[in-house]
Amino acid sequence: MVETLERTTDAKPMNGVADGGDSTNMTFIEAINTTLRDEMRADERVVILGEDVGPRGGVFRVTAGLIEEFGEDRVIDTPLAESGIIGTAIGMAINGLRPIAEIQFMDFIHSALDQILNEAARLRYRSNNDFSCPMVIRVPFGGGVHGALYHSQSIEAMFVHTPGIKVVAPATPADARGLLHSAIHDGDPVLFLEHKKMYRSIKGEVPAGDYEAPLGKARIVQEGADVTVVTYGMMVHESQRAIGEVAKETGASIELIDLRSLKPLDTETILNSVKKTGKAVVVTEANGLCSVASEVAATIGEQAFAWLDGPVTRVAAPDVPAMPFSPPLEHAFMIDAEKIGVALRKLLDF
Amino acid sequence: MATETTGAADKAVQRAFAGKTTTENGSSSIHLPLEHVDVGGGALSATVAPPSEGDAGLDHDTLREMYEYVALARALDERMWQLNRAGKAAFIVSGQGHEGAQVGAAFALERGKDFLLPYYRDLAFSLAFGLTAENVMMAALARADDPTSGGRQMPGHYGSRKFNIISGSSPVSTQVPHATGTAYAAKVRGTGQVSITCFGEGGASKGDVHEACNFAGIHKLPVIFFCENNRYAISVPIERQMAIDNVADRAVGYGFPGVIVDGTDVLAVYQVVKDAADRARRGEGPTLVEAKLYRFQPHTSDDDDRAYRDPEEVKAWRDHDPLLRFAQRLLDVGAVDEDSLAGIKDKVRSDVDAATDVAEAAPLPDSATFDHHVYAAQ
Repeated sequence: MVETLERTTDAKPMNGVADGGDSTNMTFIEAINTTLRDEMRADERVVILGEDVGPRGGVFRVTAGLIEEFGEDRVIDTPLAESGIIGTAIGMAINGLRPIAEIQFMDFIHSALDQILNEAARLRYRSNNDFSCPMVIRVPFGGGVHGALYHSQSIEAMFVHTPGIKVVAPATPADARGLLHSAIHDGDPVLFLEHKKMYRSIKGEVPAGDYEAPLGKARIVQEGADVTVVTYGMMVHESQRAIGEVAKETGASIELIDLRSLKPLDTETILNSVKKTGKAVVVTEANGLCSVASEVAATIGEQAFAWLDGPVTRVAAPDVPAMPFSPPLEHAFMIDAEKIGVALRKLLDF
Repeated sequence: MATETTGAADKAVQRAFAGKTTTENGSSSIHLPLEHVDVGGGALSATVAPPSEGDAGLDHDTLREMYEYVALARALDERMWQLNRAGKAAFIVSGQGHEGAQVGAAFALERGKDFLLPYYRDLAFSLAFGLTAENVMMAALARADDPTSGGRQMPGHYGSRKFNIISGSSPVSTQVPHATGTAYAAKVRGTGQVSITCFGEGGASKGDVHEACNFAGIHKLPVIFFCENNRYAISVPIERQMAIDNVADRAVGYGFPGVIVDGTDVLAVYQVVKDAADRARRGEGPTLVEAKLYRFQPHTSDDDDRAYRDPEEVKAWRDHDPLLRFAQRLLDVGAVDEDSLAGIKDKVRSDVDAATDVAEAAPLPDSATFDHHVYAAQ
């Protein structure tokens, strides 16, 4: 399974945020791994727990080498029990540690939803600020890797829906480093989403040292005048491919916004862009119903209505379980550059 | 022997102690002096704590203080029911019948240092850990100065950073893995703290209890899993909750001891939890303690227990009320006499009156604060 994931990609690398000479070109997974290592070196309160995170280094190897450096008290191989992983991490956070819990696949997180949504996310509010739960939950998500129904899911919307937890989904190695740094230093629980297809397929420049990408701030990947594409995660790269083809074909000037942070949502950057272009395509590979794309579209409809020159268009997965295994079925389900391109052309023609 | 007694209520009392129940007099219907009962004789693997004797090595001041907490919790609980029926308190979840076990356990711990992760019946436990009658009444009446939640949670959801009482929720047993986590942190940070978490036998059915116990057993964490077995999960009797007699028997599956104790015997619970805490502090790992007891009131102010249990059964257990038993013990060992006992009762009553007066006069929260503290202040 993992070997398949490592080989399966057709996405093109994109540039991260370079800051001159003080940076290193690395993959998405290397950026996460080195950031975990640096944060654990800087703060002994930081501990990692999850399934296979120890000597195996995680099924994707995100935590490779950490138990060797930091020992088994700080890199904890847990029993296969997701609710227990999160619940235990909550207790650790309450008693002075800074836990980073890994849920092996987002498809396995459901049994921990009570602990995440009812406990971690509500602890500060329900105690009137007496307690807090500073923890990071790292989760590989996303499809297009032949992961079928239970190794492909993108169910971020239900976390975005719940008050008290923040949700980020970096699309570049630099943002992986910056957002992970911010997440670990945040005072509240943060769900940190790692698109598994990007681990080894996406490379970029990553600044060294304490590089921080603020939670709640989107990134304008490229500027444009005719239409805005808003997306996150792997779909940033699929959208970039689509934009390249459509721009070449039509001459259109297309702006691309990488949300990076799904909550807090950077509505200002989204609205400023749409007020400039008058058109928006919102892309997610998750099921479209009540999705992050729905929220972005609604926000645009409510707050930029007078600037719109066409219908806000969502490109999202259908109301079908993500996602079937056999290649033609997976392809039919999965959002890709081709489907994004169809929506872009249609909206440009409107 | 148990079979010689008659009456469903009597049998129900005996069933709580897992068979082999004996009485001093096998012929009458309801008379089970629990200090003479062979508690948990049907245990598969758990050990059965002996009844307490005398003062259990505690000085008389401590015994009187413990009694005062049991009495205060009872009086507060009763007052909250009155306020509910008078339309002043929207909701109450009752711990009457549980107070003795809770106070016995609390006094076995280092209050101010150790962690309590309670559930909604742990009024007496929370008082013994530091919450005051006034604090509790503020929460009952949803006042702004409710220190447990600022009027956000339903009453019964005790919490306080100051007193190391971890705020909990309403879905049962979600706090149990948190205790494993606080214990893990205590172990790796070397703080010497013990965590105790409480849940009912109903809550013991949740997967979180299994996951927490399993993790804690692997790492030999300083945590005590404290099951207050009152025989009912709201309305569902224990026979419909589990196929074995004792929750504590499950401990064998996690590699640590399970201990059954008469939860109406304050000093027996004290001794069991003391042993468990000592064991935890020595680095020997968790203990699962099961206190057999009974809930005298309906589950909450919105429940009617006549639908699912025989009033005679309630009456039978009331004869073994931990409040009354503990008062008698204090008289027996000379820690109180009738006058000083009456003095404690007067003090408790005036504390509850004062707490009620203060809370009733206290302001409700400002509605403009409803969205505060969802996230850390920026």
